[in-house]
Amino acid sequence: MKLKRGILLIDQHDQHGFWGGKFGGSFIPETLKKPVEDLTNEFKKLRKDKKFLKKRDHYFKNYIGAPTSFVKLDNLTNQLGGAQIWAKIVSEANGGAHKIYNATVHALICKAMGKKYIVGDTGAGYAGKMLSMAAKKFGLKCKIFMGAKDIKRQKPNCDAMRKNGAEIVPVYSGSQTLVDAVSECMRYWVSNCDNTHMCVGSTVGPNIFVKICGWSTAQISRELKVQLKSEFKKIPNKIKLINCVGGGSSAYGFWSEFIDYDKKQIELIGVEAGGPKNSKLHAAPLSRKTKIGILHGAASYVCQNKEGQINETESISAGLDYPGVSPMHCFLKDTKRARYTYATDEEALNAHQMVTKFENLNPSLEPSHAFAEAIKIAPKLSKDTIIIVNSCGDAKKDRDILRERLGKK
Amino acid sequence: MSSLINQAFQNAKSENRPALLTYTVAGDNTKKRSLEILKSISNYADICELGFPHNTPIADGGQIQTSAYRAIKNGIKINDVFSIAKDFKSKKKNKPIILMGYYNMIFQCNEDKFLEKCKKSKVDGLIVVDLPYPENQSFAAKCKKKGINFIQLVSPTTSEIRLKKIIKDSHDMIYYISMLSTTGGKLKVSPKKILEKYSKIKNQNKSKNVVIGFGITEKTIKSLKKADGLVVGSAICKEISNSINKRQNTVTNVTNIVKRLKNKIK
Ligand SMILES: Cc1ncc(COP(=O)(O)O)c(C=O)c1O
Repeated sequence: MKLKRGILLIDQHDQHGFWGGKFGGSFIPETLKKPVEDLTNEFKKLRKDKKFLKKRDHYFKNYIGAPTSFVKLDNLTNQLGGAQIWAKIVSEANGGAHKIYNATVHALICKAMGKKYIVGDTGAGYAGKMLSMAAKKFGLKCKIFMGAKDIKRQKPNCDAMRKNGAEIVPVYSGSQTLVDAVSECMRYWVSNCDNTHMCVGSTVGPNIFVKICGWSTAQISRELKVQLKSEFKKIPNKIKLINCVGGGSSAYGFWSEFIDYDKKQIELIGVEAGGPKNSKLHAAPLSRKTKIGILHGAASYVCQNKEGQINETESISAGLDYPGVSPMHCFLKDTKRARYTYATDEEALNAHQMVTKFENLNPSLEPSHAFAEAIKIAPKLSKDTIIIVNSCGDAKKDRDILRERLGKK
Repeated sequence: MSSLINQAFQNAKSENRPALLTYTVAGDNTKKRSLEILKSISNYADICELGFPHNTPIADGGQIQTSAYRAIKNGIKINDVFSIAKDFKSKKKNKPIILMGYYNMIFQCNEDKFLEKCKKSKVDGLIVVDLPYPENQSFAAKCKKKGINFIQLVSPTTSEIRLKKIIKDSHDMIYYISMLSTTGGKLKVSPKKILEKYSKIKNQNKSKNVVIGFGITEKTIKSLKKADGLVVGSAICKEISNSINKRQNTVTNVTNIVKRLKNKIK
């Protein structure tokens, strides 16, 4: 199993859609074969279509607000000693998180295919909020599937979705979190695929959804590359790109342009949700040794039991609370290009507290997992090491949880 | 020798009626009870489908999800599914049984081991909901080698080219999904339209047995009588739920439904 250079990772799969021969694929009911094929063909065409690309860039710039800023966290750096800590503030993007890139591209594709209805899943609520925003902007009718537990803990984003005119469909099955929302969204698509487009909220699901999502969030690393060059005159010699990993859309987008670099120069570090400190449940399939399984149409490392039943997961962060992960990250793990680890709920909360204390920055609980790792390793590293954390979401949505756990106003 | 599945269709044809296929979830609501249900309904059903329950069934509607969750909650394991099938076949040698489920369960068990277990428990066929053509070709070939029917699905969205290839690649039975829906959806397409599409499939190769499933209930079954076979699943799972809720005898109630379904297509 080997990574190729000079080819985007989203395109490094075989004819059946597998990365490294075993991750990904399209395990879908027959009913979805045609819609998935249609979408695959459409995307193949659109991504080479100059007019479409111009449109994408126009909306990335004028609607999403690219580029988001890249800043040094001086206080945190001084406090910890060791490596320089920088952040790419992707949460400045319209709507407050990286999910807007995928949502915007899907809305544009949906329009191009002449469909008027769009559906999507959401955990933290950002994917749903952004899809509802994009749907509103482009005149599409929108339904968002969300676990009942997530609806409770991510209220601000739910309010935003409803304000944008989307219908939130609460999902009560299973653990009532993201995994169930994705299942229910796919069921809805099975029943309505003739007139409805589906947007999968991360780099998971059948092959084509992994590709579209990765293609969309890759904007983050394109910007970062330019910003690095302008800040340091060249790409520095020691960089660590730290990103939280739920489905992996934010991490893929942050890393895409840098995968070809030698890992001695640019290390890629993914941080999964380790769950509460003393709990056996977690949402960390890459870093806590799980087996390959098939979930939501793709093969990846999956939290599951011996029989193949999908495990319940637990994390304070709804956006990371998912038992599977992108097949592309499984491939990056097995080829050792990226390193994956996890942070517990408590570590993420501590990191959130520390970052907000020292910096004018308010990362949500998802990127707080990434900050936890940065805080852990920075003191041990040299001053010329550049740690960059993707601050991919804003903590406004976590208001209630932070108040309860940290007594924050 | 013709497969038991083929024989079941021929038998029904000789009686001038479609074959009746039932779907229940193994272990719903207990291992013992689901075997009793299976044995009892097989007096009226021509082929019995037995679901191996998965907790993330992306193509199933509420009724079957409920049955599957109930079975899993009651501790059903894949080996229990095989033991139910085996017990059933030891009493009803000539009644074909088809296992149906999601690929992850087969993958975790290992394809070859899974098929070995099917063989040992005398399973006649397999339906894997999320393993479509052409990705299923290698597994389907393994099934054939073992004398197990791999049953493929076709749906209203299946293109002409795919249809031809799937039929060419198929074993004794093909499953036509009546409409765009998860299991247990309301029949939202007229029986006439369903049968039109059905004939197109059937006419490609008359020697294949083509069944219709999804949305079939006591109300709708008669109107689809022209098919080679009809599958009823959610309506049966729903009755199991109702009987449990009302603390009535599931075996009797479910058997009565199947009996009535059979009478409607005679
Ligand atoms: C702010 C934020 N970060 C990260 C994630 C994790 O998702 P992914 O790993 O797919 O980017 C989410 C998901 O909802 C999110 O809202």
